[in-house]
Amino acid sequence: MSVVAVLIGFSLIVAGGFLGAFLWAVKSGQYDDKYTPSVRILFEDKTTTVNNKNEIRQNNSKTKESS
Amino acid sequence: MVFQLLNENGLCNYYTMESNPGISKKNSPEAKKFDFLDDESVTTRLLTFNSPEFAKTLLFIPSIHCSSCIWLLENLHRLNPGVIQSSVNFPERKVSVTFSPSRTSLKEIAVLLTAIGYEPKLSFEDLESTRENSFQKSLYYKVGIAGFAFGNIMLLSFPEYLAIDASSQALKTIFGWLIILLSLPVFFYCSSGYFTSAYKSLRSKAINIDLPLALGILAFYSRSLFEILSRTGPGYMDSFAGLIFFLLIGKIFQNKTFDLLNFERNYRSYFPIAVTVKKEGIESSVPLSKVSIGDRLIIRNNELIPVDSVLVSGAAHIDYSFITGESELIQKQIGDLIYAGGRQAGNSIEVVTSKNVSQSYLTQLWNDSALNKKLKGQMATFSGKVSKYFTMVLLAIAFGALVFWSFTSLSEGLRAFSAVLIIACPCALALSTPFALGNTLRILSRNNLYLKNTTVVESLTKITHIIFDKTGTITRHKQGIITFEGATLSQTEMSLIKSLTYNSTHPLSKQIYHSFSGSAALPATLFTETEGAGIEGFIDNRYIKCGSMKFIQATLNESTFIEAPENSDISSVYVSIDNIYRGRFLIHNLYREGTDSLFAKLRATYTLSILSGDSPREAARLQELTGNEVDMRFNQSPYDKLSRVQDLQKVNQKVLMIGDGLNDSGALLQSNVGISVSEDILNFTPASDGIMEASALASLPAILQFAADSVLAIKISFAVSALYNIFGLYYAVTGLITPLFAAVLMPISSVTVIGLTVSLTTFFARRRGLRL
Repeated sequence: MSVVAVLIGFSLIVAGGFLGAFLWAVKSGQYDDKYTPSVRILFEDKTTTVNNKNEIRQNNSKTKESS
Repeated sequence: MVFQLLNENGLCNYYTMESNPGISKKNSPEAKKFDFLDDESVTTRLLTFNSPEFAKTLLFIPSIHCSSCIWLLENLHRLNPGVIQSSVNFPERKVSVTFSPSRTSLKEIAVLLTAIGYEPKLSFEDLESTRENSFQKSLYYKVGIAGFAFGNIMLLSFPEYLAIDASSQALKTIFGWLIILLSLPVFFYCSSGYFTSAYKSLRSKAINIDLPLALGILAFYSRSLFEILSRTGPGYMDSFAGLIFFLLIGKIFQNKTFDLLNFERNYRSYFPIAVTVKKEGIESSVPLSKVSIGDRLIIRNNELIPVDSVLVSGAAHIDYSFITGESELIQKQIGDLIYAGGRQAGNSIEVVTSKNVSQSYLTQLWNDSALNKKLKGQMATFSGKVSKYFTMVLLAIAFGALVFWSFTSLSEGLRAFSAVLIIACPCALALSTPFALGNTLRILSRNNLYLKNTTVVESLTKITHIIFDKTGTITRHKQGIITFEGATLSQTEMSLIKSLTYNSTHPLSKQIYHSFSGSAALPATLFTETEGAGIEGFIDNRYIKCGSMKFIQATLNESTFIEAPENSDISSVYVSIDNIYRGRFLIHNLYREGTDSLFAKLRATYTLSILSGDSPREAARLQELTGNEVDMRFNQSPYDKLSRVQDLQKVNQKVLMIGDGLNDSGALLQSNVGISVSEDILNFTPASDGIMEASALASLPAILQFAADSVLAIKISFAVSALYNIFGLYYAVTGLITPLFAAVLMPISSVTVIGLTVSLTTFFARRRGLRL
């Protein structure tokens, strides 16, 4: 029956992972605005070039580092 | 203009996104308006992050209203290459713009936004502080952790409940330790709020619901810990974690906030960030905080005068409706003192400041020592009152059980003692209030009344006296809107009508007279006014008649006839010239629709009064509309209104103040409940307990009744949860309680109470005819 202890351990790790994901989501501000992203996902961005996107991403990481 | 801008940048999709996007911009863009953004000291405070290559700002844009807006605003980088990224927060109507200061500036962005119809609203207040929402975040953390612990502890407790493999002692020990481990953050982090609140209530000697709650939590936890560690039982950790989880969910429900609205506005939100200062012939934009006595300010059309000052040049026509409610323009001579808060109508004027911003007449209303105190006489909430007795009874029973069982054995006594505290833990009591009032808040917001928090609902039920402001509250802000129906009038005809109406003092005549600009009045001969019918007279040898349909029809030539339907909300004035029907004026009522029935309904239960900053010229009409019992006072200054509320409170009246402008702000703060009325809730509203859209005013009686209903709903659910408690207490006192019993009873009672309160409040709302 001691295998149960191992299984419980695993289940806690998995559940803890989800808890961590939730806490991270709250921390990164995903619960601040619960409406806009639902609209944003429907927009097409044909004209946005790859360069542009990369630039955005780079700058994003810049803010995070500096703030 | 907008189209051009978009077209150039290949954003034509904008117009295909939604069939009717965009409110067209109301004011033509004035780049000058944003001149103050050139000032470094202003911009650095508006930027949340600043470096030479990279800057970030958060702008409030009230005109965001549809999904196309989001799309357009998030494509700002294509309209201005200096913008790196922009992202919209729709519920808060805010745009976060990231740009590179070397390629563009905050001013350019503000001008661009204004050009495409999204003027950012920048106010003095923005520079002073930012709002916190870390409270909401920590609540989410707590719920997440409590939920996690609740589920896992329950899982680990199952073997115990079902008595599976009770022989395996080692496994039991492991489970026990895991449960303790999981419960630690619940006790020390998630429930910490209840302990601090209980401690505060003890110190201020005002017992609130959190005190018995904290006692229950403490009993729950220490007994469970003891049982697990001493291996005498499995403890109640699952019920404990579940309790905290439900309580926190209730808290989230109760704290539903309206991100969009700001209930704490003071004069700062009304004032511009910067003003134009003229120094040695050079105009420059200066932040308001840097304006000092003796500065020469230029006030353009429609700009607010931010400081008490003296007029030095220009024709000043000041609209003081902001402060006094009186909408008629006041003319000022050179050398006259102009109080802050007035709005210039007409050409630019120049003034010299005579006081500091914080010492102006208007701002002193806020700095008044009477208002700086915590004025709201804290009204005792129902749950507060109950929990006082509840705690005493609870402690009496718990100690009674302790003493009784101690005759048998001390450990038995302690068990009974903790069992009482656990079972009687007022979780159901603590849940019913947040859920009932939270739901009430939600329903009221559907009916365009947005309350600051849930305690306002309870305060609403205790109101005995309602004070209305006149201008902007029971009347519309603008003068009645006048439209003309019929063939277009020529210039001479207009001047004829204007001249005729000039002779009459009837309100409708006055309004028609004011609706025509220019053309001076000509003398009228043989002018007669027939009461309740109309006016007639000869001007320039032409016979002109204005009045009711019957009055006009009596003398009309047969060739012309009237086929216009009547509408009760709109007054029509028919016009004939030389006995030929010319058309009619439609004058929308100055008073909001349903004002008379509103007063008729409220009269039965409340004492009503009207405080107006206006002159009493409309007193008779108002009396007719509202009934005789209404106490009316005119020419009330903001201070008069404030002291009137204080006087009423001295004779134990609970006052509900309904007002709109800055002139009511003192009274709104002083009153037990202050609700500010606004045509557009995104506009500035003074600090208050609630913001109401003007259209909701007619449903005020239903709203007040519904508030009382929600308190009734709380009482009913209190009674139900008390039944659970008595039932559970019986077992607790007799020492028969088991963890399984607690684990079943606790969630059942919580869920019943939650379901009951929510469905009761919804039911009551439907009965009162409110929108759900």
